[in-house]
Amino acid sequence: MSDTQRTLIRGARLLGGPATDVLVDGETVAEVGTGLTGEGATVVEAEGRVLLPGLVDLHTHLREPGREDSETVLTGTRAAASGGFTAVHAMANTFPVADTAGVVEQVWRLGRASGYCDVQPVGAVTVGLGGRQLAELGAMHESAAGVVVFSDDGKCVDDAVIMRRALEYVKAFDGVIAQHAQEPRLTEGAQMNEGVVSAELGLTGWPAVAEESIIARDVLLAAHVGSRVHVCHLSTAGSVELVRWAKSKGWRVTAEVTPHHLLLTDELVRSYDPVYKVNPPLRTEQDVLALREALADGTIDCVATDHAPHPHEDKDCEWGAAAMGMVGLETALSVVQHTMVDTGLLDWSQVADRMSARPATIGRLPGHGRPVAPGEPANLTLVDPDHRAPVEPGAFASRSRNSPYRGLELPGRVTDTWLRGRATLRNGALV
Amino acid sequence: MKHHLVSAADLTRDDAVLILDTAEELSRVAGRPIKKLPTLRGRTVVNLFFEDSTRTRISFEAAAKRLSADVINFSAKGSSVSKGESLKDTALTLQAMGADAVVIRHHDSGAPHRLATSGWIGGHVVNAGDGTHEHPTQALLDAFALRRRLADGALGADLAGRRVTIVGDILHSRVARSNVRLLTTLGAEVTVVAPPTLVPVGVESWPCAVSYDLDAVLPDSDAVMMLRVQRERMNAAYFPTEREYARRYGLDGERMARMPEHAVVMHPGPMNRGMEITAEVADSPRCTVVEQVSAGVDVRMAVLYLLLGGAGPGDEEPKGATPRGAEATRGNRA
Ligand SMILES: [Zn+2]
Repeated sequence: MSDTQRTLIRGARLLGGPATDVLVDGETVAEVGTGLTGEGATVVEAEGRVLLPGLVDLHTHLREPGREDSETVLTGTRAAASGGFTAVHAMANTFPVADTAGVVEQVWRLGRASGYCDVQPVGAVTVGLGGRQLAELGAMHESAAGVVVFSDDGKCVDDAVIMRRALEYVKAFDGVIAQHAQEPRLTEGAQMNEGVVSAELGLTGWPAVAEESIIARDVLLAAHVGSRVHVCHLSTAGSVELVRWAKSKGWRVTAEVTPHHLLLTDELVRSYDPVYKVNPPLRTEQDVLALREALADGTIDCVATDHAPHPHEDKDCEWGAAAMGMVGLETALSVVQHTMVDTGLLDWSQVADRMSARPATIGRLPGHGRPVAPGEPANLTLVDPDHRAPVEPGAFASRSRNSPYRGLELPGRVTDTWLRGRATLRNGALV
Repeated sequence: MKHHLVSAADLTRDDAVLILDTAEELSRVAGRPIKKLPTLRGRTVVNLFFEDSTRTRISFEAAAKRLSADVINFSAKGSSVSKGESLKDTALTLQAMGADAVVIRHHDSGAPHRLATSGWIGGHVVNAGDGTHEHPTQALLDAFALRRRLADGALGADLAGRRVTIVGDILHSRVARSNVRLLTTLGAEVTVVAPPTLVPVGVESWPCAVSYDLDAVLPDSDAVMMLRVQRERMNAAYFPTEREYARRYGLDGERMARMPEHAVVMHPGPMNRGMEITAEVADSPRCTVVEQVSAGVDVRMAVLYLLLGGAGPGDEEPKGATPRGAEATRGNRA
């Protein structure tokens, strides 16, 4: 893969700034400036498109091993490249669970083989996601996969002692526990956000307090043991307040928000269409606005997709029987442009921060989230912000189609992605 | 009327009054020696039950048969159909069989809505109770029984100004949700009464008042509807003991005496005697339970008649309060 090709990206608005040329030589950025010539280089005329560092996702379900009917590492990384990502964190809730060095290395190797995007496995916190016994966190860290982020995502590490121990234990190698904050007893049988809409629809409520109570406990635990905690898919206005408070104390707390929680509300559940069934659930407009504001002011560190592919039959059914989750890799940047950039809440350099630099820092991912500057790895994404089109899931590279945006007109289109200087997406087509 | 009856919210005030009036007309037929009308001859009504409910199924079956429809009972309960494909596959089967209407009872809230909107099926969908969402024909029969008791069943009348109190497990009750919507649409003032644990978060958007104090509400009630409270709720800490529930929210003779003289007691059945209602109340002449059951057949006939017989697209005959075929037995009336 380490060929010596040269690429000249001409006239790109680097981080949304003025037109700039970027010369890529081999795996690295060689020059950034104007009027670059680049002898013998492949020239890409950017024509005012926006150039960003390659996007990094902290929360992706690639489903392999075990649920290859919904996604594989190959199809998932192709979807990632289509969406402008150069690195994804593969969640541990596979079959078998990624709770040993063997499984995380297998996923890591599959990612290397795919060549579309770096795959950084997330290790399970507890054996089998069971919440009882710590998985071999150290062994996963020392494996070829070099795991830094640990999560039982899909399940909450609800036992306070297990959570405390996990937080303490990973300090030895600067690890982080990414918590799926969901108090299990408060969410038994939960189907949607608890509020006005659930009261009308007769669907069992998933109250905001079930998320917030766990976050409150976890930030206190992280402070107590001096460790790092990361809040997965934060979804409520109350959670924002808790994270803001924890950060004001100087505690090492980070948080992510999904694109769908930045845009969609529980009003959509009135259709009983399971494409809107997701965990944590879609919340209210007040929550959506609080999340946008928190992403803008940095309280929420980053956007993470929680890309959760499901086969058609798991969504083509009644609400109660349907699986939870939405695909998101191929629409994430468009949703962020729509909700954050076009609304004036973020500029493109801040988008690069929230979707590349910060997630790479949280995941301690070398070579990603770096500035576009000479000597840096050439992980790049070119996006056409003026493009507008309805979302067509049938055209996704992902194996699954469970997108809540079907038919919705969204702005922005990723046209080109480079992973260490090699194009993975060229003119909107996977290479 | 809409193409389907999934929620009481599908009905306007005029739709609801039309159903009640039609049910009145049809109930007169039911009093005749020959109970059948030819209205739905050649039409197929499927009772699709994913959850046991013999009373509701029998009521719909009797209603369809009295209108001469072919009835197919399809019980999906007990087989291994807990996964969603079964609803879709079953729907496609029914579609292939030419079902003109599907009466569906399902344990999942929203299943009838899904059936009606997913494109799996072309016929009319009638919700016979879904999860903890709605049970619109139950609300219609309650309104019917109520109108008979309080307004003498007068055609064209609604329930304007009537004060109805619904007591019990509001949180898990599809009967409560449908009744709050329908009775309000018909002009009634509804109050729900329950311990706070059994009132849903978000109830503030409902068009009704909420009270935790049954005794305070009883003197101002024209009707009190007691909901069945499952004893298992106690295990999930919704209330401490059966005894305490009965003491605070059960209807006994002493409480009934505090209701206005004309006020009635309703119950959708089956009753938990000794829990939400004492035998003394259940067996008193103020209690409408038996009337509610017979109203069920009348109202379900009216719904099937109006959905299938009276107002189909391309159907020249205007819909109205007088069912086709009924004229022969009772003469025309403008
Ligand atoms: Zn999660």
